[in-house]
Amino acid sequence: MSHKVIIPIGPYHPLQEEPEFFRLYIEGERVIDIDIVIGYNHRGIEELSEHKHFDQVAYLVERICGICSTSHPFAYVNAIEDLAHIQVPERALYIRTIIAEMERIHSHLLWLGLAGHFIGYNTVWMWAWRYREPILDCFEMITGNRNHYAMMKPGGVRRDILEEHISPLKKTLDELNKATDMFYGAVVDDPVIKARLKGIGILTKEQARNWCVVGPTARASGIDIDVRRDDPYGAYDRVDFNVIVEKEGDIFAKTLVRIKELYESIRIIRQCLDKMPKGEIETKIKEIPAGEGIGRVEAPRGECFHYVRSDGTNRPIRHKIRAPSYMNVASNKIAAVGGTISDAAITLAAVDPCYCCTERCSVIRKKDNQKLLTGWDLIKLSQEKTEKLKKEMGL
Amino acid sequence: MNIEEKIRENLKEKIIDGYRYSQRRYYFSVKSSDIVEVARFLFNELNLRFSTATAVDTPKGIEILYHFSFDKTGEIFSIKVLIEDKKNPQIDSLTSVFPAVEWIEREIWELFGVSFLGHPNLKHLLLHEDWPKDKHPLRKHND
Amino acid sequence: MNLKLKALTKSIWVFHAACSPCNNCDIEVLDLLTPRYDVERFGIILAGSVRHADALLVTGVPNYKTAQRIKKLYEQAPKPCFVIAVGSCACGRNMFRESYNSPCNLDEIIPVDIYISGCPPKPEAMIAGIVKLIKKVGSSKGY
Repeated sequence: MSHKVIIPIGPYHPLQEEPEFFRLYIEGERVIDIDIVIGYNHRGIEELSEHKHFDQVAYLVERICGICSTSHPFAYVNAIEDLAHIQVPERALYIRTIIAEMERIHSHLLWLGLAGHFIGYNTVWMWAWRYREPILDCFEMITGNRNHYAMMKPGGVRRDILEEHISPLKKTLDELNKATDMFYGAVVDDPVIKARLKGIGILTKEQARNWCVVGPTARASGIDIDVRRDDPYGAYDRVDFNVIVEKEGDIFAKTLVRIKELYESIRIIRQCLDKMPKGEIETKIKEIPAGEGIGRVEAPRGECFHYVRSDGTNRPIRHKIRAPSYMNVASNKIAAVGGTISDAAITLAAVDPCYCCTERCSVIRKKDNQKLLTGWDLIKLSQEKTEKLKKEMGL
Repeated sequence: MNIEEKIRENLKEKIIDGYRYSQRRYYFSVKSSDIVEVARFLFNELNLRFSTATAVDTPKGIEILYHFSFDKTGEIFSIKVLIEDKKNPQIDSLTSVFPAVEWIEREIWELFGVSFLGHPNLKHLLLHEDWPKDKHPLRKHND
Repeated sequence: MNLKLKALTKSIWVFHAACSPCNNCDIEVLDLLTPRYDVERFGIILAGSVRHADALLVTGVPNYKTAQRIKKLYEQAPKPCFVIAVGSCACGRNMFRESYNSPCNLDEIIPVDIYISGCPPKPEAMIAGIVKLIKKVGSSKGY
């Protein structure tokens, strides 16, 4: 008869770069329940937003999260444009789309690297992040900063994409396409990765619907949703792309969805660069009338939702932000329960959690007679399992 | 029959007010006592996806908007309810309809002080556990 | 310079504590470990526990939930220990100064040795900061 053990992970645990706290209840090797404690990242951005005027809010919401730092301002400007019925110049829409897709590429590569690390494939981590760098260089070239691009503003964009930016960007995309081929081969054909990720952390379609998950997490469970296609914003209705859907709902499917989306993002950027018309990049906005607006964006992690209400002054009276991870992290509760502890690290990471977004905001708590395993041990366990599998397969 | 017509048809007695703000954004007001039935209809019968809920502190009371998304057409249907009693705001929890609402209700509870009746786990989500009980950071303080 | 300090400036092991950041400084810190910047060639690696670390690297603005934890972390670190504040938030709270959930600056909780500002600072800036710190420690006797 095995006894119940509680494993706290976090809030400060190595390499998951944000503070979060999971309490895993273990019986033998099985995870029987999980407690998710968040709030280590809460900065009160919704309230701060009510004290800033409409132009400043774009900068504030950018600082919700560094990885999706264009999705939030994008959703916010969509909300403002919905509120005030503003028409945005064509060229600005294309520029917004290019920036958003570049962000998706960098975010997916980042996740791929971290996922590789969690299962003990540090090579994947290093390679994925190495190919992320050229994208960050392109960001620096176009926007002036590697992260926090400050491109979005209500009515348009702040900077233009110049003629001399286009050929380096295209060159980077070509290289990236080759790199994606490599990743696809490395992940899909690798027997060890398959053995580690197939059938692990399954979220069925029914569960996915009940927990209202979004983005790659939902698409890997067979739910065909993508805000880019369903509720087109930016220039997404003017370009051709596929929505990647997998049925299995396990971590392997989530990985596949993300890698295949890299190809789609590259395709979208190429089309945008070719189709982008010349002209203005912003419309001048005189005033924001009273009203309410909803803006949505398909962030790398899923649907990002902003609701803005204005009473005709120069500040929003309410600004609600719902980041994609808010729905996805809660679903961890089902995905991790029933699995083994060595799979917990990758399962918890599989939704690509982003706590900064979730909370718009580590010390390990030790209670009496609780066995203590740190997050580090958990990653080690996970890495050991990969080694064991490798040996069994004779690799 | 599109979703808007279905809502107007089936929830005729419950809808107090409804309008279309822009191309794909609809707002409907219902009584706060009807919210569970309305949400059940939207989620189970019409298969809408629950996106999130927004609470707003207005002079008349605390307004909660439940945003439902229909992903085939990209429309968002926001169901508004008004809780007039600002001293002791209460509304039925939707956790029995879909579990995804659990976190957002906890958040509204701690930031606005709205009690969700029937919520299984109403405790702090974002703020510190020792946060003062009568202080709700997103309530406006001018009344 | 005493032996402890001399040893401290070689192969700095860093414990990375994110204290409600926006993630951006954090991914740039991780970027330092990847092939382009590769600080591991100087012996700088991320430590799994603060008890094994020579430096405590803090990003983000402290909130009520993390402020006490960051203090505890510092207490657990073997002394002498560098504290590195990375990013404008850790240096001076940036735009979160007026937030209801942000009690004080980081340097009011623990002593900070070096401030690397920027939103986020580039990886080059972080390396330059660490180099300056090592030089400063190396040149002053009574650090």
